Amino acid sequence: MNYERIKEKLEILADAAKYDVSCSSSGSNRKNNNKGLGNAAPSGICHTYTQDGRCVSLLKILLTNHCIYDCAYCVTRKSNDIKRVAFTVREVVDLTMNFYRRNYIEGLFLSSGIFKNADFTMERLVRVAKLLRLEENFNGYIHLKTIPGASDELMQEAGLYADRLSVNLEIPTQSGLKLLAPEKDHQQMMKPMGFVKNKLIEYKSERKIIKHVPKFAPAGQTTQMIIGATNENDFQIIKVADHFYRNFNLKRVYYSGYVPVLSDSRLPSIGTQVPMVRENRLYQADWLMRFYGFKADEILDKNNPFLDLEVDPKMAWALRNIHEFPVDIQSASLEMILRIPGVGTKSAYKILQARKFQNLSLEHLSKIGVSINRAKYFIDTRSINKNLRFLNRLNFRELLINQTKSKFDNPFNPQLSLFDNDAFSLR
Amino acid sequence: MTLLVYDNTFEGFLTAIFEIYEYKYIQPKIVKDKNHTLSLLDETIDVFTDEKKANRVLLKIEKSIGKIGVKILLYSFLSEDINLEKYLFEVIKYILEFPDKNVINNFSNPNVMQVHKLSRSVAREKHRMEAFVRFEELLNGIYFSKIAPDFDVLMLILNHFKNRYQDQEWIIYDIKRNYGLYYNLQKVDIITLDIELNNIKTNQDLLSDEELKYQNLWKEYFDHTNITERKNMKLHVQHLPKRYWKYLTEKRDIK
Repeated sequence: MNYERIKEKLEILADAAKYDVSCSSSGSNRKNNNKGLGNAAPSGICHTYTQDGRCVSLLKILLTNHCIYDCAYCVTRKSNDIKRVAFTVREVVDLTMNFYRRNYIEGLFLSSGIFKNADFTMERLVRVAKLLRLEENFNGYIHLKTIPGASDELMQEAGLYADRLSVNLEIPTQSGLKLLAPEKDHQQMMKPMGFVKNKLIEYKSERKIIKHVPKFAPAGQTTQMIIGATNENDFQIIKVADHFYRNFNLKRVYYSGYVPVLSDSRLPSIGTQVPMVRENRLYQADWLMRFYGFKADEILDKNNPFLDLEVDPKMAWALRNIHEFPVDIQSASLEMILRIPGVGTKSAYKILQARKFQNLSLEHLSKIGVSINRAKYFIDTRSINKNLRFLNRLNFRELLINQTKSKFDNPFNPQLSLFDNDAFSLR
Repeated sequence: MTLLVYDNTFEGFLTAIFEIYEYKYIQPKIVKDKNHTLSLLDETIDVFTDEKKANRVLLKIEKSIGKIGVKILLYSFLSEDINLEKYLFEVIKYILEFPDKNVINNFSNPNVMQVHKLSRSVAREKHRMEAFVRFEELLNGIYFSKIAPDFDVLMLILNHFKNRYQDQEWIIYDIKRNYGLYYNLQKVDIITLDIELNNIKTNQDLLSDEELKYQNLWKEYFDHTNITERKNMKLHVQHLPKRYWKYLTEKRDIK
């Protein structure tokens, strides 16, 4: 191994790949049936966490940072004066195998700048996956970025070796994309997504008839949007996400708060804060749509196009729909229990089970794992819940904000409580 | 009070349960050998582990709470909690009292909740070991890892590693409990090593030629995949509690 050269390439190409937030290794169940190396853990495993608190599950690198495109938001854009390097196919394979053998990673997430053209680049990405699968008997997780414009044949092959495929939408709105990446458009990105979607359906139905149909991208496809690089609003973002969830069978949409790394008059200036709270709220909204039965239009609408940064989107919905509360914990439907602020999907399931045995109190709910300091205002139990009297007060919202501490707050900023503690005690 | 002393195995514990019902002991309390103290008022009975008795209890329980329920009980048993026997006994009594209800789902019962809680911490430790084990390649080609988990989870992670690493020899050794798993390309054996292992770090002379290079590459990767503009040490430590750093190549000082 030429250690110094590999080290340099790894540093540059990991640096360039890190703004792709997806690192998930879940959703696949590839088995290690050939006495080879690795398998896929259906729930995914995070092997470590970086200092920014993000999970590291996959070796996430670019094959090269050479690129023919000049997208304003991208570190590797053509006009940026940086050192350009490229891994050989063999080098990526060796790194993946050796990291995997030491239990550092669940697999490989390979993306790339575009050299020459789409097919030329895609062919190399596919070659890495093929070598890992066929020569090295590698059954770990492989996520390949698909290059818009690559041929159907290459896309097909990619799906046979990879667990997950993804194309990034980059910017949520067509107009934003036009501004920052004039050479790209959403149509061009949707073509491979549509292809993958159709293949997923095709292979799935074939598997029902013939047992030994090979797997096609068993962990499905995902996409990513950069948030805060252009002036799109949250309503547009979640509408786009909703559209793709429904029409392209996406497993996940990732939202990546724009990190200002380049100076460009079209972009927020360097030193601008990464919109982390907004990003967090978008993920919460995304979860509401996927696991809590909320529709995009219930979360936001044209007249209120931005997510509330002070309260989470479920709480915001509750505050706009006070008439739906309190919810009777003994008799309410699962749908309604899921809508109580502070109740997660696991707690909701446990509530349904536990209430068959006895009447639940707020204390029970707290033990079950409900975030009771938010939920207690919205729940009717068989005993008296004094907290319900706040529900129809005009200052209810302020009261909530004052007593819940945001995880993004400065911990050294002492906040005076305006209310006596008694009012917020458990019973 | 009747103290039933068992041998610290799950089968032993279930045997004790069987005998409580068999002999109708007054005020029974199940205790482990090691924390068994004599009191003048207590009667002490040694429980001899009997697989048949244990199995009968197990089958009976499984009928009510299913395989998933049994797994929860077993995981909680591995927590080595000091009040474990009390909670488990209470829960099993509860299960036997209502055989037609899946009482393990009664999340409002304090004993059931305790057992769930213990089971969850064991499951979390199991998952962490699957994530945080770091193999080092030795000169003889064996991939070696030393761990010191909070709970005795080695047997729980056996299948995960056996399925995953089939084309390399490996050892995962629990230095706290002094036993380990050794996969020899055919099967996994439980082994005990004679040498004193009290340090997670392995002597560098024993490592293969490439080992330190890959460790350094991994550390470089770890540093370069971090986004400094988003630094959030609170979240970092929340996901990666400091007591696990000793395992992690990327969090240790290597030259």
